Amino acid sequence: MLGDYSIGDLGAILAMQGFAGLILFSVYVLMALGLAIIFGQMGVINMAHGEFMILGAYVTWMTSNAVQHFAPSLFPGYFFLAMILAFIASGALGMLVEWALIRHLYKRPLDTLLATWGLSLILQQAYRSIFGAREVGVELPDWMMGSWPATDSIQIPINGMFVMALTMLITIAVAYVLYWSKWGKQVRAVVQNRVMAGAVGINTEKVDCYTFGLGCGIAGIAGSAFTMIGSTGPTAGQLYIVDTFLVVVFGGAASLLGTIASAFSISQTQSTLEFFLSGSMAKVITLLTIVGILMVRPQGLFALKVRK
Amino acid sequence: MGMAALPAITMLPRPSFADVPATSAVNTTGLAVTDSEVTVGILHSVTGTMAISETGSVEAEKLAIEQINAAGGVLGRKIKFIQEDGASDWPTFAEKAKKLLVNDKCAAVMGCWTSASRKAVLPVFEQYNGMLYYPTFYEGLEQSKNVIYTGQEATQQIIAGLDWVTKTKGAKSFYLLGSDYIWPRTSNKIARKHIEGHLQGCKVVGEEYFPLGSTQFNSVINKIKLTKPDVIYAIIVGGSNVAFYKQLKAAGIDLSKQTLLTISVTEDEIDGIGGENIAGAYACMKYFQSLDNANNKAFVPAFKKMWGEKTVIGDVTQAAYLGPWLWKLTAEKAGSFDIDKIAAASPGVEFKGAPEGYVRIHENHHLWSKTRVGRAKADGQYELIFETADLVEPDPFPKGYQ
Repeated sequence: MLGDYSIGDLGAILAMQGFAGLILFSVYVLMALGLAIIFGQMGVINMAHGEFMILGAYVTWMTSNAVQHFAPSLFPGYFFLAMILAFIASGALGMLVEWALIRHLYKRPLDTLLATWGLSLILQQAYRSIFGAREVGVELPDWMMGSWPATDSIQIPINGMFVMALTMLITIAVAYVLYWSKWGKQVRAVVQNRVMAGAVGINTEKVDCYTFGLGCGIAGIAGSAFTMIGSTGPTAGQLYIVDTFLVVVFGGAASLLGTIASAFSISQTQSTLEFFLSGSMAKVITLLTIVGILMVRPQGLFALKVRK
Repeated sequence: MGMAALPAITMLPRPSFADVPATSAVNTTGLAVTDSEVTVGILHSVTGTMAISETGSVEAEKLAIEQINAAGGVLGRKIKFIQEDGASDWPTFAEKAKKLLVNDKCAAVMGCWTSASRKAVLPVFEQYNGMLYYPTFYEGLEQSKNVIYTGQEATQQIIAGLDWVTKTKGAKSFYLLGSDYIWPRTSNKIARKHIEGHLQGCKVVGEEYFPLGSTQFNSVINKIKLTKPDVIYAIIVGGSNVAFYKQLKAAGIDLSKQTLLTISVTEDEIDGIGGENIAGAYACMKYFQSLDNANNKAFVPAFKKMWGEKTVIGDVTQAAYLGPWLWKLTAEKAGSFDIDKIAAASPGVEFKGAPEGYVRIHENHHLWSKTRVGRAKADGQYELIFETADLVEPDPFPKGYQ
């Protein structure tokens, strides 16, 4: 298929394709981070992860409308406010859900699957009743639209770069919180041995609640960012859930590095295959490869070594 | 029984009691018809993924029923509707269809949206002899005594659009895109056959499908940049649509310079995509909200009055609005609610009050209708660019295109 094109063309496409892969990588990391915390650190299979993301998207939509209505001059910068509000809204809902539902199920991890799946259906119908069944369009400030022409033929989408920057920032923040802060130490202690952690004076219930809230809050930010590249509707969260679990499980639960490595390998495979094959076939081959690797290595790419 | 219903009937403005034919005469097969009422079913998804699309159809059908009732009903009887929720789940559609036909004895059912739901209910309608009015544009390759297809089948929607784009834009190369299921695949197959077999010197430079719900299109957009097609022919549906157009714009493809022709984006979808992201694209279908004719000028305000000022009306919504009206006209032509008589009387029924202009039912139970091309504007509406001079004949089993 490459016979008729000039070297310049091919070079430009190669560069843009490289960026396409990196953007996909950032999207995967961003959507998987929240789940990696919840599933990885707490062992809760949160099927409602997508709905927490969509809550963030709806918060962005409302912020956009409110800013346009009350303070149109601030519109170019509203997105940052929207992301903070999305984090707070999804995080607060997450903490509420943890307190009302999840904390009763820590000893029955498989039941969290059913409970959170039910929760996802409830949330979907709630969005439908509150915001209407139709999709809503989130209007973006002009500077976030369009592309940045690096050269005449190479164009890099601005929203893609925005997602990349955001992902990097949040990943660093999460890594810092989990591995260098005092609270992160407590979280890891609870993960490794709940009883002992409690015995040395860590309030495990509080740690659980905040961890779950943090995971959901990050999902909210992801949802907010994805209004730039995807749709906002009651069931749009379902579009992300499969890929999200794929990234987390393939990376090995409980490992932040694993999540990143897995997002990188899946996104690069996917985007390269998509270029040479068709979209559906790329997905099929990616999934088959992942299934194959997980059969040989069920714990995922990176596994936490613990004494069983 | 006739006496009991008398007060209800005399309250109607018209027709007078003398015009109302006896129930025994118009209903010989035990449908839910009384001296004052006739029951129909509405069967769409108001929950689940498809609620996004099907909500508009439900709204249009309710409006049509209300208007028909205000104008005196059907054969002197007011329409009462029973609404069931298909819940975006195909077996549920079949089950609810059976309930509407067997328990409720509905004289007609307005319903379904996706081809999958229609395929699921078709055996039910054929077994229990019901009448379905199906509103969506679809891939064709189907015809049933028990279904009236009020949307366009694929050839009606595709061929006129391709002819138009080659003639006015001088297009020679096409890139076909679609979501990965039956309607886009069949439609693109027809498009490819037409491009390669009937349009001089035209070729297809790419054809790709993406899983439903796919949200990443950067790779294929790069391929489009590489192959530089004259026309991007896109049949992407659902949430993917939003992702596709947003990413297309972000990748620097300017739709005022690059011709893009779609058959899957109505005003409803633009609501989610955002007008500024799709402005400049062309859509080929039979109805746009902006159509300038007397029927549509009455229809749009009536719809907005009932469902809110911000509601938009897409092609399928308009087709759904035709269902109850066509059924009413057919029942009056047949002088009966009996399914067999309705099916037999359908061909030739014409509806002059259609918002799209004028439609007529073909022998194959599809509609004769005009095909139109519109250009998306930033405010989310289409501007009419082209319409076929004559009604296009529906051809669900096109020879040479399969």
